[in-house]
Amino acid sequence: MARPTNAQPLPLMVLSLGFIALWLIAAAFPFVWTAWGSFKVEPDFFSRSDWTNAITGVQTIRQTGSAFTGAGYEGAWLEQEFWKSVINTAIVTLCVTVISLTFGTLGGYALARSGYRYTFWILIAALIFRAMPHVTLVSGYLLPFFELGIWGYLPTTIIVLVAINQPFTLWMLHSFFLSIPKDLDESAMVDGCTRFQAFRLAVIPVMWPGVVTTGLFSFLLAYNDFTVTSMLLTQENQTMVPKIASFLGSTQAEGKVMYAVAAVVSAIAPLFVLVLFFQRQIVSGLTAGAVKG
Amino acid sequence: MTKMLLSTTAVLIGLAGAASAQCAIEGDGSVRILANDFQALHAVVSRAATCAGEGVEVTTNETTEHKDIQVAALSTSPAAYTIAVVANGSLVPLLNEGLVQPMDDLVAKYGQNLQDSQLIRVDGKIMAIAFMANSQMLHYRADLLDQNGIAVPATYEDVIAAAKTLEEKGVMKTPLYASFKPGWDLGEEFINMYMGSGEPFFEDGTAKPAIDNDAGVAALEMMKALKDNMGPDVMTYNSNEAQPYWENSEVAIMTGWGSRTAAFIDENGATPEIAKETKIAAMPSWGGHDIPATTLWWDGFALAKNISDEDAAASFQAMMYALSPDLVADPETAGLAAWLVNGYTPTPASEGVFANMKAGAKPYPMTPYMGMLHTALGDNLAEFMQGQETAEKALEDTVAAYTTAATEAGFIK
Amino acid sequence: MPHKTFLAFILPSLLAMLLFVALPIGSVVYQSLFIEHEQVMTEVETCGPFGCTTERKVDAAAMQELRDAQPAGRFNGLGTYFNSGHLAFDRIGQIWTRSETWGGFFNQVMNLPLYKALIFTLAYTFIVTPCVIVLGFFIALGVNAIPGLIKGPVIFFSLLPMIVTPLIGSLVLYWMIDSRGIIGAGLQALFNNPSLSLKASPTLTWITLFVYGIWHNAPFAFVVFYAGLQGVPQDTMESAMVDGASRWERIRFVTIPYLLPLATFVALMQLMDNFRVFEPIVGFSAEANATSLSYLIYSDLRGADTPLFASAAATSVLTTLGVIVLLTPVLIRTWRDFNRKA
Repeated sequence: MARPTNAQPLPLMVLSLGFIALWLIAAAFPFVWTAWGSFKVEPDFFSRSDWTNAITGVQTIRQTGSAFTGAGYEGAWLEQEFWKSVINTAIVTLCVTVISLTFGTLGGYALARSGYRYTFWILIAALIFRAMPHVTLVSGYLLPFFELGIWGYLPTTIIVLVAINQPFTLWMLHSFFLSIPKDLDESAMVDGCTRFQAFRLAVIPVMWPGVVTTGLFSFLLAYNDFTVTSMLLTQENQTMVPKIASFLGSTQAEGKVMYAVAAVVSAIAPLFVLVLFFQRQIVSGLTAGAVKG
Repeated sequence: MTKMLLSTTAVLIGLAGAASAQCAIEGDGSVRILANDFQALHAVVSRAATCAGEGVEVTTNETTEHKDIQVAALSTSPAAYTIAVVANGSLVPLLNEGLVQPMDDLVAKYGQNLQDSQLIRVDGKIMAIAFMANSQMLHYRADLLDQNGIAVPATYEDVIAAAKTLEEKGVMKTPLYASFKPGWDLGEEFINMYMGSGEPFFEDGTAKPAIDNDAGVAALEMMKALKDNMGPDVMTYNSNEAQPYWENSEVAIMTGWGSRTAAFIDENGATPEIAKETKIAAMPSWGGHDIPATTLWWDGFALAKNISDEDAAASFQAMMYALSPDLVADPETAGLAAWLVNGYTPTPASEGVFANMKAGAKPYPMTPYMGMLHTALGDNLAEFMQGQETAEKALEDTVAAYTTAATEAGFIK
Repeated sequence: MPHKTFLAFILPSLLAMLLFVALPIGSVVYQSLFIEHEQVMTEVETCGPFGCTTERKVDAAAMQELRDAQPAGRFNGLGTYFNSGHLAFDRIGQIWTRSETWGGFFNQVMNLPLYKALIFTLAYTFIVTPCVIVLGFFIALGVNAIPGLIKGPVIFFSLLPMIVTPLIGSLVLYWMIDSRGIIGAGLQALFNNPSLSLKASPTLTWITLFVYGIWHNAPFAFVVFYAGLQGVPQDTMESAMVDGASRWERIRFVTIPYLLPLATFVALMQLMDNFRVFEPIVGFSAEANATSLSYLIYSDLRGADTPLFASAAATSVLTTLGVIVLLTPVLIRTWRDFNRKA
């Protein structure tokens, strides 16, 4: 980043770096704390006698003989078969992201290129669809899904998540397509391409930055969803978040909170790799000049 | 802790392995069980699962959301599940919709191991089989009470006096703990307290609430008096959070669920010295009445209506196998709950439940509109507890919220 | 674009939304106009492990007949919307005649469930949304300026508040802010007030929820702005520099206008999401001091053993209407943009 426009005077750089450092602490500290605590026993991590117990592991040492224990991980992954949920989550998130983006790019492209008034109303309708609280929608699904015999299966959940996520995807991709110059595909059409060919040959190559960013949010929605997955999946097909919720216990039943903590920490690792990989895509793609004001 | 859990599972698997030969089901059929997701139920469900074999198919779905899917799941024909594991509260919606069937014939045929007390009869017909009991009970620190010359409290007035003594002697600043978090917990606390007055919740023969009276106000005032001896965060207290307070010796007297007691008296836990001194008693009574101020709960199972007779017979037999005395022969499983099944002897953790029963505590009402009153209470008492409105106003708000809900549900004209 | 081509492109997306969103919304709106049939009750003896009691019970067979005749229930029009659990115009009228001062009037209105929830929901929405946009913008600027090598990890850690499932995120944070937890104890030391507890006072609970909301949502704004920053036209930036624009002026007159459409988008999504705030309330056990519209819906559907569909449906429709009102300015802007485009 040695371009002249980005060169910063020293005080500003210090200020900017300081701000980012501060933000990183705020953003990452609770997670680092959780990651560290996941190797302790529950009375340490959720201690009221002294919060430093979570650091030193007094009870962990007393109960297991060492300051670190993998009991949470062992319990979650082996005893409670957390890996099954991981596989289910992988299937759900992958399918939701791919289908959302496929539907969304096609739709978003059409909305960006059509000049008719109804496109505006479709966008508004999509917004209203998004405003409805999910918990209300899900309650409505139960009876028809049981009657159709499609309750409890992954494909049902996938298509529901895709549908719920469509308004967001459409809006975001529609804005991205608006910023891709019209001449690009229109000149392709002048050259004799059909609309779809123009989309495939001229637009797809430059749309990735927008798609990657939108994909990130589709991915996170599917990955973090609790309302839909907890109500629409059987125990066998459960994804990670409802599984983690089942570790937490209820008023009358004791939970295995450390399993939940360990499960959450282990669920984050793959995302790290994913984000590292895609941030390059975002940067390289966008700076290639796809987005113009 | 985890080692214990792991060994429990190992024992369960071992039992299951040894027992699979024993589960013999007459006839073919499909057994489909919907249950909540916690350890004691898992012990039952996993035993039933071992009945899978030639001609018998067993699928289980243990999920914390069972309550919210059961009505839809049992409405289809055939029902998505043959067995619904329920509690007093969650059986009601199934009864309301007529989604469960009487089990009298099946009990006569296969229910040799059942005790009469396990049968839930509605209008003379067996609509559910109970296998676990639960209720709140009084947990106290025997050492602290002894040292300060306090007798085990039998009434809430005693509890408050004991708390005052502990505060005055500088032993603790806030010696009491109860789940006062608004929502289900706070509603349950009021219901428990009001139960101790012996007054009815509804006007006779109608769904009109009757809590807006002196007993209601007195129950609230008692809760407020208890709250004044609890910590500043009292409005977030729930049963998940109780243990850290207890183990930090911040609390000497607590009302808590029997199903969770085992963790408090576990001498292999975080604070053996406190666990050793943790004792259990029946819930206190108050206001000169002699009824423990608590509700009794059971967990059991019901049989879906929209299923074939073969599936019904197979499902019932699988549950009977699961609930045979073998279930509680294993001490680990026996320690998981206050079982109602044949062959069970109470453990220290479950004594409180039986003490409540003996002292004449009443079950949580299975009245169809009780749940709505519960919700209304849970949502409307927080302002009073925090001193922002009077007890009368809080009850008035509750009655208004309940009446709106009950009218919508068709219980009040 | 011809109608036919347009339809071909948008069909999959439209179909998914119509089937799984529009249709349920239609049924929700329809449902909100009906209430349950009058229950036919019988008195029966119930026996169990704890003895026998006489209890009233729904006559399922008789109810089935009523439902077969009228599956949706009794028509109630907009009655559910106006009852005391929702808009409560009657109650407000009574309060109006009873109360003597404006303060007393407001206090009593704010005690009505919907209005109590609405005031928190609005406060949350209008405090969290702008903070998220501003914070996200500055994080994006900051991250954009750091060397490429550490950018990846920085982006990842910046995303953490959004990635970690709120279920656990709020649980861990809840313990950290406990008066004995690391943050709670830290604040006590900082303010030199050993009895300070974030969970005990209504004001502090609200602030905690706001801070959590900002923390949790900032990464969303950050990512969108960061992606946008990559496309800020360098030639405009350079010509601005040649014209002698200061750093701040360049941000003010080049970067911000360029990012404005994205800011609109972020505002749109954030207003909507924040208006439906629910998870933090449960996660932080804040029900005593803060309820939101989504919390009311949740309580209707999941609180009792028998869900109150009509009530939940009415609150949901009101929530959606609320969102539409909130978004009107943004929508008008979009409408203008659209007409310009057309």
